Amino acid sequence: MAPTRREFLKIAGVSAAGLLLPPLAVHAAAQTGKPATEVGPAQRRAFTAKRWAMAAVGGQCPAGCRDCIDACHSTHNVPAIGNPKDDVHWIGLERIERVFPAEAHPRLPESLKRLPVPVLCNHCENPPCVRVCPTKATFKRADGIVMMDYHRCIGCRFCMAACPYGARSMNYRDPRPFIRKPNPEFPTRTKGVVEKCNFCEERLARGVLPACVLACKEKALVFGDLEDPRSDIRTLLGKGLSIRRRPELGTGPQIYYLL
Amino acid sequence: MLEKALKGSVGYGIWVAVLLLLTANGLFFYLKQLDYGLGITGLSRDVSWGLYIAQFTFLVGVAASAVMLVLPYYLHDYKAFGKITILGEFLAVAAVIMCVTFVFIDLGRPDRVANILLYPSPGSVLFWDVIVLNGYLLINIVTGWTVLESDKKGVPPPAWVKPLIILSIPWAISIHTVTAFIYAGLPGRGFWLTAIMAPRFLASAFASGPALLILICLLLKRLTRFDAGEKAVQTLATIVAYALATSIFFVLVELFTVYYSQVPGHMHHMTYLFAGLEGHTGIARWMALAALLAFAALALLIIPRTRKNEPLLALACAGVFLALWIEKGLGLVVTGFVPSPLERIADYTPTLPEAAITIGIWALGLLIVTLLYKVFVSLRQEL
Amino acid sequence: MKLYNGGKIIAGMVAFLIAVTFPFWYGRGKTVSPPDLKLDTPTIEQLKEKRCVEPAAYMRASHMKLLVAWREGAVREGIRSYTATDGRAFQVSLTGTCLGCHSNKDKFCNRCHDYTGSKPACWSCHIIPEEVR
Repeated sequence: MAPTRREFLKIAGVSAAGLLLPPLAVHAAAQTGKPATEVGPAQRRAFTAKRWAMAAVGGQCPAGCRDCIDACHSTHNVPAIGNPKDDVHWIGLERIERVFPAEAHPRLPESLKRLPVPVLCNHCENPPCVRVCPTKATFKRADGIVMMDYHRCIGCRFCMAACPYGARSMNYRDPRPFIRKPNPEFPTRTKGVVEKCNFCEERLARGVLPACVLACKEKALVFGDLEDPRSDIRTLLGKGLSIRRRPELGTGPQIYYLL
Repeated sequence: MLEKALKGSVGYGIWVAVLLLLTANGLFFYLKQLDYGLGITGLSRDVSWGLYIAQFTFLVGVAASAVMLVLPYYLHDYKAFGKITILGEFLAVAAVIMCVTFVFIDLGRPDRVANILLYPSPGSVLFWDVIVLNGYLLINIVTGWTVLESDKKGVPPPAWVKPLIILSIPWAISIHTVTAFIYAGLPGRGFWLTAIMAPRFLASAFASGPALLILICLLLKRLTRFDAGEKAVQTLATIVAYALATSIFFVLVELFTVYYSQVPGHMHHMTYLFAGLEGHTGIARWMALAALLAFAALALLIIPRTRKNEPLLALACAGVFLALWIEKGLGLVVTGFVPSPLERIADYTPTLPEAAITIGIWALGLLIVTLLYKVFVSLRQEL
Repeated sequence: MKLYNGGKIIAGMVAFLIAVTFPFWYGRGKTVSPPDLKLDTPTIEQLKEKRCVEPAAYMRASHMKLLVAWREGAVREGIRSYTATDGRAFQVSLTGTCLGCHSNKDKFCNRCHDYTGSKPACWSCHIIPEEVR
């Protein structure tokens, strides 16, 4: 049952006021002697942006490295089901001819052909998955992050048909037995809902960069505010040609590749 | 009137029992699916819609085809259809119930189905499909039942029914158009991204639905004392012939655009469907059968001598129905996903539980058709 | 007016009435002691003033409404801080804030939920920290 209007206004009002207060990591308070749950002085400020985006710089991945995938999947309790049929993943590494079939050609240097290219949700400017969702379980935030509300998803998989990037996974079975070391800071999903990369919005809210970005020792993933001319990602994009997956579809993907 | 469905011959009883058994079997496997998840089906990350959604798509067509009886009778006063418009409406009722059931059992979280109405999303085609399908169901139940009731009493149907029946005509077009838009509006799936998806759907619907009706009429003539009449059946056969020809024409038009332009994003899908890709020829073999059946049936339907021969007409109609079921109820949905956005060719093979559930829902639909038609035929025999 | 099949109809209605009233007369006279909720977790023991996010009476009756508002706010609006009516600020987090104090889910949440027969679906996704450690 929903709160009454009066109650809700009260909650919404104070919550909005709470936005002004800096949020913080839970355990920080323990040392200050305050109850663990009450918010004390801020440890880190939330990262905010007008438009989050990511750039992937190619040619740096050591052979067989899966650090970005492992970091993402253990952070978000992504199950390792181990068969392609029921597979769930948020980020993957694919060969260039699969990611950029239009750009790949036989005369590309061998190194480029073998290059692993990270693929994840593109957090589109104009996301088809959001357009087709019959319950608004997937939606786009003002800062550009395309979110999933796992409380609301009915598992119709229209979004999976609509996504031109294959970024979404369905929980064809109960994921819990396939999560080796659950991270209590992040929920799991139930069987029957669709999931995908969330640009680590839960970490950004605590002022921490996305798990894949931090996990990459080669610093091949750059994350930042596209609207901020002084951000790392803008500096990087300002240096030369970057490409995006299937831009001709008009989805406005926000993962930029420099290969 | 419903009590008429409860009394019947031994054959009728056995038939109903068989359908009930198959439905129960489907329900049993659906409970297993609820417990295990949709992983019990052959669906995968790459091919995320399969048999269930394909049946839904095909059956929306069967439901919409009632309009092929209603339109000539109510707009053009084509008397020969007077006796069988109710059959069309009742077939639509059963088909829509099957559609809705197929969509429901395809949900990963059926317990949350009400979210579609709790958080209405007018931007989603699926939202509109739920609205138009349920509306169509309601219209057909009300009109079919009211007209039958009036027939029983020997009075003309009440005046308010006619506008509702007229409304059912554009509504029928809308259900299949909206269903086509589910596919035709997706930017990343070259196979479905075609403006003639809705016309194609309608053409194949107006062939498969009336073909089924002809089969039912011929069956009723044999099993009961109800005869739809030579004229009605032959007119239906003509409709099937035209619709089938149009349907084949539309597919050929697609093939031209795809293979003459040779855009890989469109071509690969079509090649997978008709010839197979990299040794994956499962669907292509079915499609070869569908093409064979469609052309053979078209020949039987076009030549007047064979069309007027009842056994051959029945054969042709069965061929049409099967061919279009393969094309729409199998090929169309799966091929949209192959190759995947990451250029993978994932094979999709329905599993046994998936087939059992699908058969269960078909049995449920047939049961509804049987019961409604039993009421109809019993009343006709009393008149 | 004549009632056709009167016997069957009345028998059916009686059977129906018995079925729907079954819980009432079956449970008559039985008493089930109210759930014994434990508030003795280490974190709560350490609190100078033992106050939940909102007053206990409100929490007892309406914690589910607060949780839904928290959920909708956090997931859909990105609101991750909640200021209580007395001005204290809390992080919006079921496992962090709520279970931070009520780390004894078995002896707190479950007892009352079992007693009232409610089955909240929270834990099919949210992880109980105690169970992982």
